[in-house]
Amino acid sequence: MPTLTINGQEHELDVPDDMPLLWVLRDVVRLTGTKFGCGVALCGACTVHVDGRPIRSCIAPVSSVVGKKITTVEAIGDTPSGEKIQRAWLDIEVVQCGYCQSGQIMSAAALLESNPSPTDSEIDAAMSGNICRCGTYPRIRAAIKQASQSG
Amino acid sequence: MLHRCSDDDKEDQKGLSRRTFLITGVAAGGGLMLGVCFTRSRGAKAQTGEETFEPNAFVRIQPDGSITLVMPQVEMGQGTYTSMSMLIAEELEVELDEVGLEAAPPNDKLYKNPLIGFQVTGGSTSVPGFWEPLRRAGATARVMLIEAAASQWQVEPAACRAEKGEVVSPAGERLSYGALVGAAAKLSVPQNVTLKSPKDFTLIGTPAKRLDTPEKVDGKAKFGIDAMIPGMTFATVSACPVFGGKLKSVDDSKAMALKGVRQVVRLDDAVAVVGDHMWTAMQGLSALDIEWDKGPNADVTTESIVQQMARASEKEGALARSDGDFAKAIPNAAKKIDAVYEMPFLAHAAMEPMNCTVNVTKDSCDIWVGIQVATRAQTTAAEVTGLPPEKIRVHNYLLGGGFGRRLDVDGITQAVAIAKQVDGPVKVVWSREEDIQHDVYRPYYYDRFTAGLDAQNQLVAYHHRVTGSSILARWAPPAFVKGLDEDAVNGAAKEFPYAIPNILVDYVRDEPPGLTTGWWRGVGPTHNIFVVESFIDELAAATKTDPVAFRRSMLAEQPRVLGVLDLAAEKAGWGSPLPDGVGRGVSVQFAMGTYISQIAEVEVTKDGEVKVRRVVCAVDCGQIVNPDTIVAQIEGGIIFGISAVLWGEITIEGGRVEQTNFNDYRVLRINETPTIEVYLVKNEEAPGGIGEPGTVGIAPAVTNAIFATTGRRIRKLPIKSQFGPE
Ligand code: FES
Ligand code: FES
Repeated sequence: MPTLTINGQEHELDVPDDMPLLWVLRDVVRLTGTKFGCGVALCGACTVHVDGRPIRSCIAPVSSVVGKKITTVEAIGDTPSGEKIQRAWLDIEVVQCGYCQSGQIMSAAALLESNPSPTDSEIDAAMSGNICRCGTYPRIRAAIKQASQSG
Repeated sequence: MLHRCSDDDKEDQKGLSRRTFLITGVAAGGGLMLGVCFTRSRGAKAQTGEETFEPNAFVRIQPDGSITLVMPQVEMGQGTYTSMSMLIAEELEVELDEVGLEAAPPNDKLYKNPLIGFQVTGGSTSVPGFWEPLRRAGATARVMLIEAAASQWQVEPAACRAEKGEVVSPAGERLSYGALVGAAAKLSVPQNVTLKSPKDFTLIGTPAKRLDTPEKVDGKAKFGIDAMIPGMTFATVSACPVFGGKLKSVDDSKAMALKGVRQVVRLDDAVAVVGDHMWTAMQGLSALDIEWDKGPNADVTTESIVQQMARASEKEGALARSDGDFAKAIPNAAKKIDAVYEMPFLAHAAMEPMNCTVNVTKDSCDIWVGIQVATRAQTTAAEVTGLPPEKIRVHNYLLGGGFGRRLDVDGITQAVAIAKQVDGPVKVVWSREEDIQHDVYRPYYYDRFTAGLDAQNQLVAYHHRVTGSSILARWAPPAFVKGLDEDAVNGAAKEFPYAIPNILVDYVRDEPPGLTTGWWRGVGPTHNIFVVESFIDELAAATKTDPVAFRRSMLAEQPRVLGVLDLAAEKAGWGSPLPDGVGRGVSVQFAMGTYISQIAEVEVTKDGEVKVRRVVCAVDCGQIVNPDTIVAQIEGGIIFGISAVLWGEITIEGGRVEQTNFNDYRVLRINETPTIEVYLVKNEEAPGGIGEPGTVGIAPAVTNAIFATTGRRIRKLPIKSQFGPE
């Protein structure tokens, strides 16, 4: 029975070891902010942080994250980078349908955490795994820049 | 400040609005709540049994002063929750953040889209369609509240005015709307109220923050796929991969042996596995041994479909437009130019895969889903369950992208059929592969052109024959009259902006065996503007005329088209030098009531890689409601269109779709995204649509730019099938 630390809380779970973290979060813990988009690490909708690093939860078996710190979009606002990113997202009005945005925000917050002032090409490199069908990319770029400049 | 929203939100110090974004299943006491409910209420709680003021189906005001817009349109990213609220708030004289939202229940009578005729969000019609009805709904409420206050003060209503949620008397006394609810509710509803004049607008036309954003940045927003119903199970499904095939047999012994797998549901043409969560359902599905009866379409290929279409396109079609006499004019032309254009089947690939949660009981059926057509959801569920429509409750959620896909209810029909065999609520979620392989596809189109130029290089005769599936004939049969699909020729016939003395446009319906075709962002115009604007560009090249000048010469009677064309040309620096390997291409369009011109700068590298570097877009959509939403929709529409023009295609082999996921149905990513500049023309013309037009004209702007730099004309999309490496 794996025990996971999700957003600072311990969860003892009765799930198979090979079950991807995405489905544990969504269907068992019922944190639905993390989204299913492709299931095979092609779209980034399922991005969460494990020990501060972005991973695709749709292909991460639950056994691989036991004992690690898992952060989802629901709690990313409690980190300084996450809070800056959310603020910039609101200010620039990045969001359209919003379905991809949990993943975008998690990727962007991780980028800012590791690189406080990313260049355009660093933004592209960090964000190219996150698809947005609504086409919010120009605003994502602008919002990351704004967040990187905000105090 | 980030807004954390919950029922016990106490952060509001001033006792102003408190907001909740509630998505609940079964509320306490078994009462059912609506899917999306975006409420704002004032400090004081409404007493149960107290009167509310509901002058019409859209506006409800409570004694505590809280205002609710019963929202006829669904939010799928286009910003309609905010624009619709702005229309009401403007006339009601309240601040935008005083308006709460509630998804309208299915009811074609009360909530029909005036431009389409039933309850539907689509075709970029929300603002054009509800521009008047929602302002009228707000104005009616305002007039009645004023009348209620005036009679209390015993003054003339005309001497009072409404301001920020209060009525003000000539002497400066004030009564809040909440305090007037009881009295206003007793008045008869006036038939003709005067709407505000555009010069008095304080909200419409000014940038408003979107109401749905805060919940979309912290994971709280609930899409259909997020519905959580107590006691629910999870299912995933595989429909026969060959269109029109049936389920022959299934061996489920391995699947049923898996822990957490509860049930295998057999439908006529599909199998579903129900489990404790999506993962077990997915594991169960792949453990099934399924045998399909492939049915009549097992030999269908893209090639066979196109051959059939090419043959069909040789017959005369239903007449869509005839000016002058093409048949007479063409033999006299000094130069004749023919061309054939082809556009592929396309999938929608919205980020939220198809899903639907259903609970069927003996005498009721509840559906939790994000759908553009709530009443159709109700109808199909009634048909599948045999229950009367009033026993079907549709809880409409946010849509994780629509793009036309959620104008069809096939996923709901299937989910209800599955749920009928399952005890308790079940959430059916399609895998991405299922979503791409069982879409309703944008039709393949096959277009023939013939044009005649006179000795002075003037375009004197023009024939365009559209051949393709009719979505309208399936989706709205009464609209398909005498073999003509008005949507399939939209942008090619009536809305064709160029003055040419002899024009003939006709349409041949040809259905691809097995496939269902459906609406796709930009509908008819996305197809027609590509072929028309490409062919016009060919004619400009044939006459050695600059593409902007050539278009201008035939647009003298179209001032708004000219306006956007000139604006785009100026902003793009049309005619100024570009680096080697980079070209500029232009397009103009009139679609969904909006005029647009786009100019794309495209680079083609030596090894044939195509990169869109910059897009300039000039937009005249008449009266602007929320300017930033317009810019966002245009940006997003352009990006959606670039994915399609570069790579988008669904191909068929052995009666089934070959593409599976984002690896082979490629879409644009951030590193491939050009700079996009949007310029808005301001005027007070009737408002046009904005959700789709950005997608419409980008393809020809890109391919015309490729022609400008390489001399190669792209007559078949996507570009990848024509050009360089993938
Ligand atoms: S769902 Fe995990 S990357 Fe797409
Ligand atoms: S906002 Fe809709 S997919 Fe990104």
